[in-house]
Amino acid sequence: MTATNRHTILKTKHLSIGYKTKKATSVITENINLELKEGELIGLVGANGIGKSTLLRTLSAIQQPLDGHIEINDIPLKNHSALDLAKTMSLVLTEQLMSKNLSVFELVALGRQPYTNWVGNLSEEDISEVKKAIELTNLSDLKDRKCFELSDGQLQKVMIARALSQDTNLIILDEPTTHLDMYHKAYILKLLQRLAKETHKTILFSSHEIDLAIQLCDTMIVMTNNTVVSDSPCHLIEQGVFETLFPKDLIGFDKISGSFKVKK
Amino acid sequence: MNISLGSVSIPFSEVIKSIFINSDNESWQFIIQDYRLPKAFTAILVGSGLGISGLLMQTLFRNPLAGPFVLGISSGASLGVALVILGSGIFGGVFASVLISKWSIVIAASLGSFLVLLAVLLVSSKVRDTMAILIIGLMFGSITAAIVSVLSYFSSAEQLQQYIFWGFGSLGNLSWNELFIFFGIYILGILLAIFSIKALNTFLLGENYAKSLGLDVKKSRFIIIIATSLLAGTITAFAGPIAFIGLAIPHMTRQIFNTSNHKTLLPAVFLFGAIVMLICDSIAQLPSSDYTLPINAITSLIGAPVVVWLLVRKRKMVF
Repeated sequence: MTATNRHTILKTKHLSIGYKTKKATSVITENINLELKEGELIGLVGANGIGKSTLLRTLSAIQQPLDGHIEINDIPLKNHSALDLAKTMSLVLTEQLMSKNLSVFELVALGRQPYTNWVGNLSEEDISEVKKAIELTNLSDLKDRKCFELSDGQLQKVMIARALSQDTNLIILDEPTTHLDMYHKAYILKLLQRLAKETHKTILFSSHEIDLAIQLCDTMIVMTNNTVVSDSPCHLIEQGVFETLFPKDLIGFDKISGSFKVKK
Repeated sequence: MNISLGSVSIPFSEVIKSIFINSDNESWQFIIQDYRLPKAFTAILVGSGLGISGLLMQTLFRNPLAGPFVLGISSGASLGVALVILGSGIFGGVFASVLISKWSIVIAASLGSFLVLLAVLLVSSKVRDTMAILIIGLMFGSITAAIVSVLSYFSSAEQLQQYIFWGFGSLGNLSWNELFIFFGIYILGILLAIFSIKALNTFLLGENYAKSLGLDVKKSRFIIIIATSLLAGTITAFAGPIAFIGLAIPHMTRQIFNTSNHKTLLPAVFLFGAIVMLICDSIAQLPSSDYTLPINAITSLIGAPVVVWLLVRKRKMVF
């Protein structure tokens, strides 16, 4: 299957994102045109404060776009009902869980909420989906542990499992690798790559691990002050896009190794 | 057991007898049917109702310090009662005797809590942040406290005493008729709470996650607030502002059952609240003596050390 004839899950046209108050509108980025395809792992990179989270929040309907269109499965985002959207897109956010006094199984099972009845009872299908998500993320040994007993890396896996159990075509993760050590950063991103391949889900994440993302992603979205470019990592390197990411006084991008080096 | 203890001690077997068949001792029969039995019922309703509304508030506000009264419900009720009892002196002695009947206090308390709640709901539809609602509730609390102290400055000692007695809380004094109305509203509140179990569990993840799971956050929040105010509002109206139960029972239950899943918590809090309230009430009556202590003092005296002990023993708060 080549990239061109794969089904497009999410598409944006001339999208502007930012914040609107009664008095003023502050535009963060304009004219964003993206196409996310089925089974792709997409990394979103950019400097701090450039608007990665705002973009993800807008794509996941937490925040309203200022202008332009977002289409999910060829239907405008705003025409999806909340429940409908919950079955199409799941999220892993940076916000802290309010309660960690749930077992791993219970927390992952919360992902089944769009499918359960009014009191939230799990059917056999729900339970098998939850088990599948737990196995895919290698959490079987931890499934009866309480969430407050877990390390940051384990908890991040649980949150990914929760998103998986929601059984959606698209998973959006906001900085899933923050607070993790080098090994676990690689582990989580590698896990996302495997999940995209095995489950044919579209996985979009934002990250500061540009080196890792270059090695693992099918597509990368690079946000700079005035542009948003998306292409395969190799093309982006050839075009010299990564050089424009940061001010040039301190670090520079090394095309050969595909990583940033501190200037001496 | 709660029923058999009181100023006049009645053997347990006689209690059973007078409930189901007729007892030989007519005064015992009277005490039990018209006084102790309604009081036990009230204790059950008050304990479970306050516990559940506390649980709802703590989950909704993601705050272990939240209780049923953070929305200003009890302050509203206090204000209503204060206006009736203390205000009657200021606004003319003619009405005083007419105004201060029990029903007028109940109505004033309900009206007061309802109005404050309405104000809170109105504001909450404008603010998106749940924390803001919490603070607004607290602000209403301080406003009412201020008005009450102004009123009490101008009141007679007698009126002040009456107001203070209302503030002690009381589980007795409810006739079967009053209990019937109480029970009706209580059931409505409980049903709404049960209906919210799924939403409550989703709120454990936070509001953005809740939204991403297809939950209508605003609607669920509204239902949860309504359920709380129905429960806490009527309880305050009929039994006075009972302290502590609403805050402490959910914590005790979470510590003991060690879970945050509302499917377990809700029935557990229900049972636990009822049991603790019955025990507190039994103690407040000072069995076999003629004194009855204010129930409000007992709930805190018994409850606070238990929560402290639970927290110290587990060394960690689970929420």
